[in-house]
Amino acid sequence: MDLYRAHVLVCGGTGCTSSGSAQLIERFEQQLQEKGLEKEVKVIRTGCFGLCEAGPVVIVYPEGTFYSRVKVEDVDEIVSEHLLKGRKVQHLVYVDHATKESSIQKSLDEIGFYKLQKRVALRNCGVIDPENIDEYIAFDGYKALAKALTEMTREQVIQEIIDSGLRGRGGGGFPTGMKWKFGYNSPADQKYIACNADEGDPGAFMDRSLLEGDPHAIIEAMAIGGYAIGASEGYVYVRAEYPIAVRRLQVAIDQAKEYGLLGKNIFGTDFSFDMHIRLGAGAFVCGEETALMNSIEGKRGEPRPRPPFPAVKGLFGKPTVLNNVETYANIPQIILNGASWFKSMGAEKSPGTKVFALGGKINNTGLVEVPMGTPLRTVIYDIGGGIPNGKKLKAVQTGGPSGGCIPADKLDISIEYDTLIEIGSMMGSGGMIVMDEDNCMVDIARFFLDFTVDESCGKCTPCRVGTRRMLEILERIVEGKGEEGDIEKLETLANNIKATALCGLGQTAPNPVLSTLKYFRDEYEAHIKEKRCPAHHCQALLNYVISDKCRGCTLCAKVCPAEAISGAVRQQHVIDTTKCLKCGACIEKCRFGAISKQ
Amino acid sequence: MKSLAELEAIRAKTLENISLRKEGNNTARIVVGMATCGIAAGARPVMLAFIEEVNKRKLEGVTVSQTGCVGMCRYEPMVDVILPGQEKVTYIKLKPDMVARIVAEHIVNGKVVEEYTIGAAQD
Repeated sequence: MDLYRAHVLVCGGTGCTSSGSAQLIERFEQQLQEKGLEKEVKVIRTGCFGLCEAGPVVIVYPEGTFYSRVKVEDVDEIVSEHLLKGRKVQHLVYVDHATKESSIQKSLDEIGFYKLQKRVALRNCGVIDPENIDEYIAFDGYKALAKALTEMTREQVIQEIIDSGLRGRGGGGFPTGMKWKFGYNSPADQKYIACNADEGDPGAFMDRSLLEGDPHAIIEAMAIGGYAIGASEGYVYVRAEYPIAVRRLQVAIDQAKEYGLLGKNIFGTDFSFDMHIRLGAGAFVCGEETALMNSIEGKRGEPRPRPPFPAVKGLFGKPTVLNNVETYANIPQIILNGASWFKSMGAEKSPGTKVFALGGKINNTGLVEVPMGTPLRTVIYDIGGGIPNGKKLKAVQTGGPSGGCIPADKLDISIEYDTLIEIGSMMGSGGMIVMDEDNCMVDIARFFLDFTVDESCGKCTPCRVGTRRMLEILERIVEGKGEEGDIEKLETLANNIKATALCGLGQTAPNPVLSTLKYFRDEYEAHIKEKRCPAHHCQALLNYVISDKCRGCTLCAKVCPAEAISGAVRQQHVIDTTKCLKCGACIEKCRFGAISKQ
Repeated sequence: MKSLAELEAIRAKTLENISLRKEGNNTARIVVGMATCGIAAGARPVMLAFIEEVNKRKLEGVTVSQTGCVGMCRYEPMVDVILPGQEKVTYIKLKPDMVARIVAEHIVNGKVVEEYTIGAAQD
């Protein structure tokens, strides 16, 4: 590598790639060549910066200028103005949602979105070129593996992880060090270490971004884990829907092998370690550990009862330690900086940081990493930039289809494993979906249950039949056909499924219903008793009406596909609700705001 | 990978190339005036000469960057050399063939090339 006077970092995460960052890189390279700058300026494709809302994101160093929503047409201007003449392109510089300030004079860390974050797992994402092992090494990569192998015993590595208090980031929150200890204590001629990258919650993309942005961190951590428990082979189970992540991980594994960081006698010790990737076909149930291991073995992805736990009898019948991607991303940092450094961050019972995928009705959609114990309010308003269009926050959904809703009045709770469970939700893998006053909570519960019914593997009856019965009741309710006693039926079913389902998928499937029932029971009752949707969301319970603001322009009558609107010119029009399809075409066309849903 | 020393060597070498992206670095900075006036006066070949020279000598801890117009357009191409902990030295009316001497004498050996500086011109 040669010296360049400027580096142009273009986000190559899935979010930015889908909004065209690959074309940006092409255009940058072509423009730089045209202007004769190719020897002075280097273009680098990085992992996710986190602020997906503002994508595609481009950062120019050494100034650290943060350009957002860059289009291919903008590249010429950045090259000719910024890179050639040294003048920042003001109108493309990122503007903070909350403060409306342009970030032109600020470094990245001072932007509101990043200021309150603490990036440990994501520390290299958006900083290094994930397909270049040298850059990872430059940022202290593989130093932790070297330290573990040459200076620490296997027992010391495990003790360090136990002391750090690191808990599983896949959502369960089981102490990682304890898991490793169980694996270490199981005698066997062959053991395995595995990584769960089968991220399936709707709206969650932490693991994907980590694999895309810093794949070597996962490899390093798995090698450390392999050393600690005595495994010579590692498996990463990643869903095939993550093509960029799969490719970068494969590139990283190949590079690590070439450097001898995977293979035989790593760092001249007698420790040998190899890694394989297994692609999942995208079944949600395969995120459950026993189903995942069946799938790796080539069997049908169905769970089995535990015990025996995987640490005793896992992959191919051998002791196996399985951790989540984000859990692994923390490991090298803990080995390098020590357990007490890790414990100094976050909350007492939940040390460290957690990555969340912010989505839904929020200004700064994207990936954030905050210390555990951060109040939910800080994440939503200070980092997330609040709710768009001046709407009111109604609830925050965490934990995906296994989690629950946190109502707006509980916004000041601190984000920890135990506090979230106390209020009926859960940490989950880190999906965080923000809902405003326009979201119907009954419909949200129906949405998540629809997902679990689809994804239920069918092995056990409570999950296969029970969730379907619950979904049928919910569908009835949102269609205005709810009956007295439906809520009680839902509760009975939910509690039975929770108690009897075989695996985590079934046991947690009723959570979205239970938590919405707990905090938004009035919405369920309004649907059933008054046949009314308080959020004006459920189509079947809405009627379109024209108010006296109507000037009789006839526009609505012309666009109505069902000819449900009638009225004379310059007279107030009327909608025949029996004919109305509730398509909303009239609302869009009305220039006087006379039509509303009630 | 057989030893820690090997790892450390890769780390040191690459760090050099990406120091641009780490903040608060303790490096020598070569800042070339690259506004319209500088470019018109021939700043680009001068900057390329600096980059080439730094690469040729495999110097560590040196960054080359550009800046705008400082208002003394008649002195362009102008280049500031800032060594860690030292005062800024401004060179003026540079040509590519003057660059090698600045790198050798000033950046490597710490001896300012007085005759090329703005001070020499104003005396």
